[in-house]
Order: sequence, then C-alpha cells, then structure tokens
Amino acid sequence: MEAKTLFDKIWDGHVVRSIKDGPDVIYIDRHYIHEVTSPQAFNGLKQRGIPVFRPKNTIATADHNIPTKNQHLTIHDELSRNQVERLAENCKTHGIEYFGLNHSKNGIVHVIGPELGYTQPGMTIVCGDSHTSTHGAFGTIAFGIGTSEVEMVLATQCILQPKPKKMKITINGKLGKGVTSKDIILYIISEISTGGGTGYFVEFAGSAITSLTMEARMTICNMSIEMGARGGLIAPDETTFEYLRKVPSIHGVNDFDKALSEWKKLKSDEGAVFDKELFFDAASIKPMITYGTNPGMGMAVDDSIPQSDTKGGSSSESFLKSLNYMGFKPGMKLMGQPVDYVFIGSCTNGRIEDFRAFAHLIKGRKKADNVTALIVPGSKLVEDLMKKEGLIKVYEDAGFEVRQPGCSSCLAMNEDKIPAGKYAVSTSNRNFEGRQGPGARTLLASPLTAAAAAVTGKITDPRELLNN
Amino acid sequence: MPKEKFEILETACVPLPLENVDTDQIIPARFLSATSRDGFGDNLFRDWRYLKSGEKNPDFVLNNPKFGGKVLVTGKNFGSGSSREHAVWAIYDYGFRAVVSSFFADIFKNNSLNNGLLPIIISEDLLKKLHSQIQSDPSTKVRIDLEKQTLTIISTGDSVKFEINSYKKECLLKGLDDIDFLLTMKDQIKEYENNKSMVK
Repeated sequence: MEAKTLFDKIWDGHVVRSIKDGPDVIYIDRHYIHEVTSPQAFNGLKQRGIPVFRPKNTIATADHNIPTKNQHLTIHDELSRNQVERLAENCKTHGIEYFGLNHSKNGIVHVIGPELGYTQPGMTIVCGDSHTSTHGAFGTIAFGIGTSEVEMVLATQCILQPKPKKMKITINGKLGKGVTSKDIILYIISEISTGGGTGYFVEFAGSAITSLTMEARMTICNMSIEMGARGGLIAPDETTFEYLRKVPSIHGVNDFDKALSEWKKLKSDEGAVFDKELFFDAASIKPMITYGTNPGMGMAVDDSIPQSDTKGGSSSESFLKSLNYMGFKPGMKLMGQPVDYVFIGSCTNGRIEDFRAFAHLIKGRKKADNVTALIVPGSKLVEDLMKKEGLIKVYEDAGFEVRQPGCSSCLAMNEDKIPAGKYAVSTSNRNFEGRQGPGARTLLASPLTAAAAAVTGKITDPRELLNN
Repeated sequence: MPKEKFEILETACVPLPLENVDTDQIIPARFLSATSRDGFGDNLFRDWRYLKSGEKNPDFVLNNPKFGGKVLVTGKNFGSGSSREHAVWAIYDYGFRAVVSSFFADIFKNNSLNNGLLPIIISEDLLKKLHSQIQSDPSTKVRIDLEKQTLTIISTGDSVKFEINSYKKECLLKGLDDIDFLLTMKDQIKEYENNKSMVK
C-alpha cells in the first residue's frame, strides 16, 4: 500500500466528491461559529429559504466582540450588542448549541472547542476564523474559512476546497530554559516568513514537539496560519489521549476505548512523501520577540533588529515602513526598551498553562508602574481553574487585575484597545499595524517574556528572572 | 444565488506596491460589527486612507486623482492574516473587480473567488514591470479576459496567461454560486454520512 501522510489520510476520508480540475467537496465534522463572521451566512440561508443541514455539528460562542469587564451588564456598544444578539437568535432559530456571554462555559472559540471535548482526533474542523488551525494539535484538519464558506457548511455540512500541498516541519532537541512553544513558532515564522507556508498544510513533528503539552501544541498549530499555511497538525499520541481522558465529555463518542483504537492509527506512514520538509534544532531557539508589523519580523529577545528583511525577502520600502510604524531603526537592540502595555490572553496563549507560566514569573514581584496590564483568560473554565489554583491571588498580590474571558485586545474589537503610539508586549498572534487599536505598536512574545516586561517595565530576557 | 458575471475588463489600475498587506489593513477589526455585507468600501484601507484628524491622507494611492480603475495591483503575499471575508467585500464594494499579485494568502484567495473578485497571480518580474509601467504612466490600461485567462498591458502588448481552476472559472463567468452547487449534492452528502470513515 502507498505510504500516506496523516493529512492525506484524513482529507481522503472526508472527500464526498472530487471535481475534475477543481476543488474537492469535503465533509466537515465540526463547525465552530462566532458573532463576527456568521451573521451574513445566516442571512444567506434566510434569503435562500433553507435550514441548517446538521445543527448538531455546529457549536457557537460569543468571543470577538464582547467586553472583558462587567459582562453581566448590557453590552454598551450598540453594533456589538446587536451582533451578539443576532448570534443568540440565529442559534435559537436553528437549534445550535450556544455558549453565549455569561454561560458558565463561554470563552474563545479555539479555547472552548478542545476543553469541552468537541475537538477530536481525525476530524475535519472549520470556523470563520483563521486561527481555527489551533485544533490541528489534536491530529485534525482544521482551518479558517470566509463567511461564504460558513454559509456552505451551515447549508450542506460541506465545503469546496482545493487540496493543499503538504509540508513537514521537524524540530528535534531539547528546549532551553525560558523557551516556550510560542518561541518555537515565532522562530519558525521568522525563518520562513509569513508567506513561507502559503499553499501548504503543515505537519509538525520531532522530539521538541512530542515533548510538549496539548496547550503548548495548540499554540504552535494556532500560529501556523501566520506563516501562511492553510493549517498545521500534530499526530495524536499519549499526551493527546491523556488530555481527552480528562475533558468532561467527548461529544458523540460513546465508547472511549473504541474511539481510542481508531485515534491511535492517526499518523503519517513511514516513507510518506511531503512536498517540502524543513528541520530545526530546538537548542538554537531563544525567547523570541517581534520588532515589526508582521509575525515574521521576529528575533531572539537579546538580538538586534536586522538591517533588511533578508529572510522574508520584502523590499526595503515595506521593511522601513514597518520599522517606522514601530518607531524602531535597523540595527537597534530592543532589550531595555520601555513598555506601556502587556497583554496575556487570546486563542494563542490564553490557556491555563499560559497563566501558570506568567504567574510563576510575577510571583513575589510587582507590576511595573509604567505598565498597564490586560490579563484575559481564554474561557470561563480557564478563569475557574485560575481561581481554584490560587493564581488570581498571585496576580492580585503582584498588582494585576484579571479580566473576564474574550478575544479582547488581540484584535481590539471591544474597548480593550492599546492607544496610538504605545508599546504592547502581547502573547497574541498578530502585530499588524493597528491590530490592537489604531496606531498601537505590538511586540509578540511568550507569556514568560510578557511577564518579564510586566514586572520590569521594559523588554527583558525572561531567563534573567528565572534563575531563582 | 446568482452573482454578477465576470465580464472582460479594460481598465486603468491602482498600484499598491507593498508586500504582506494583511486583512487588518484592508478592513480594520473595529469595522466588523455590521451584520450585512454592504458598505464596507467606505472603510477600505481605512487607517492608510485617512489621517488621525479624519482628513484624507493625500499620500495614499486611493486619494491620488492620478490613479483609478477596477484593478488593484499589489505586492506579494496580499491578504494575509485574518479570514474576514469583509476584506473582499470592502475591495469589491469600493469598485475593484480584480486584484493582481505574485501570490495571495490562501483564505483571501478563496474568499475572492467566492465573491466575484478575480485574484490574478503573475510572476514577480512581471509584477515589478507592471508597477513601473503604471507609475510612469498612470493611465496605463490592462485588459483582463477570464475566458482566455489572459492579462494584457494594452499599451505595450505584454500579455500573460494566468492560472485558475476550471470549476471556479466557470462559476465566475456564469455568476454561479458554490452553495447552489452543493445543494444539488444533498443525496450524495447523505450517502457519505451513512458510510463515513475517519480516514482513507
């Protein structure tokens, strides 16, 4: 039998029909929706006069456009309120499970999907959100789609997709002290640029990947979109199964052991051919930070900004426009650069492990006076765990206020905006111009590097604070 | 539902020779609270198009009266980042019918094809040439013939064939919609559900 990649196995298992010289019709097992990219899709169904085909396969949450304070009150902004109300109505009309605002299990779509047991190995998963790639950490084909495609899935549970090429990225070796999975993915993107994965679906492998927890794997797959890849996935293993054993319920699975025996088959065959293979050494990765306006413009935190975009191949015009926006110059070092804001949260680093890491570093220290911190759990369950583990107290003792769950300042659709010209060290996924608010200057980093900035008030190598 | 058919375009071009233009620049997140598809063109490239004061930024190409037309000629990796289809709605609503680059982000490309906006991929060399041609003569017109899959710079006669899969080409030319197509497959989809296996 021909050796196949894990991606091919799952894809081929979900092809309903192949169109000659066209896309494949792919069946979607799990569809996640949220308030921002779904209303126009529901409008489309209404105009066509058709129902949702398989309402049980769609799960909804409100996350992008909600406040992270006083969630029990009415949403102040009228348009935002309308959008959230429309989602609630649409879910009710069509019989879709809705984890709305103030639901005890509300949270960011890519945080709650896995923690509530909706994301399972071998599935095809889509959502009108590019960070749907997160779910690939469980050995799924998961990718972001546009609203027209959301409508397709609601109407038929299928989507038309050209089959992407396959890439394998192997990272072997042991990570150094203070180096996290966020640093791995920022490092890879800095090496291959934000377009380096375009047209590909990436399988991550190697000892540095298999030694990671599920939370850490989700961070890697989450940001695979930031290298342009359609998505990223990691073959499920004992770590995955252990995580799944602990989730409250695995929806649609009655016999765990039977499911487990199927999940265990989910791996690329020996000798399977990828269109492209890349190798990295974990030992050469340091804590990373970005200095520009795309996630590929990253470097080791103690490094200097390069003179030009040698790896990404951008023109000097684009490169200098970006540095000018950030208020930086080629050759500059960022260590010691004052920081105004720190944001921990998002679908990239808004899970319990991220808040534990941040807490570990701030414990016994105080928030720097010049820093405003936005501490935003990824979900209610993460918030509950923070309480249970005593983390909230650690944050409060150090002068940090913990907010309520949501996407928050990652895309700043709500009030959690970074003011123009201010520097924010953020654990989120995008440092685009204006991403965290018009004129805001974002430096992407791990929760540890963000915590180091939060207590020192400047860009700091977290390894300097981890000695004790 | 039927969409506007893609006709032969003969038009001047608007040059935006920047690389890695992400969908947050095309339409910032704070304009995504709408629940309809209309009116996004007003905020296309909002933060580049307007100064902090709210005045138009005279240095931005959309505000430069020398340039106009239905084709946006960009730099490589256009449309990266967020999956927001609002980016495509904004470009289309503004009046563009095609975008030219040496490569597009995958989700943006799919979204474009689903909305009658033609993403045309040409070589980096030709893209450079097209940009310098437009800069030296802003009235430069191109002819885009989807049926023949050609983009021609009318004044120089330089012509290139671009790729598009025949299914999507047909959809654009006839103004057809993927959902109408999928709805005709309901029986096949149900049959698939009854015989489903996780992997093959």
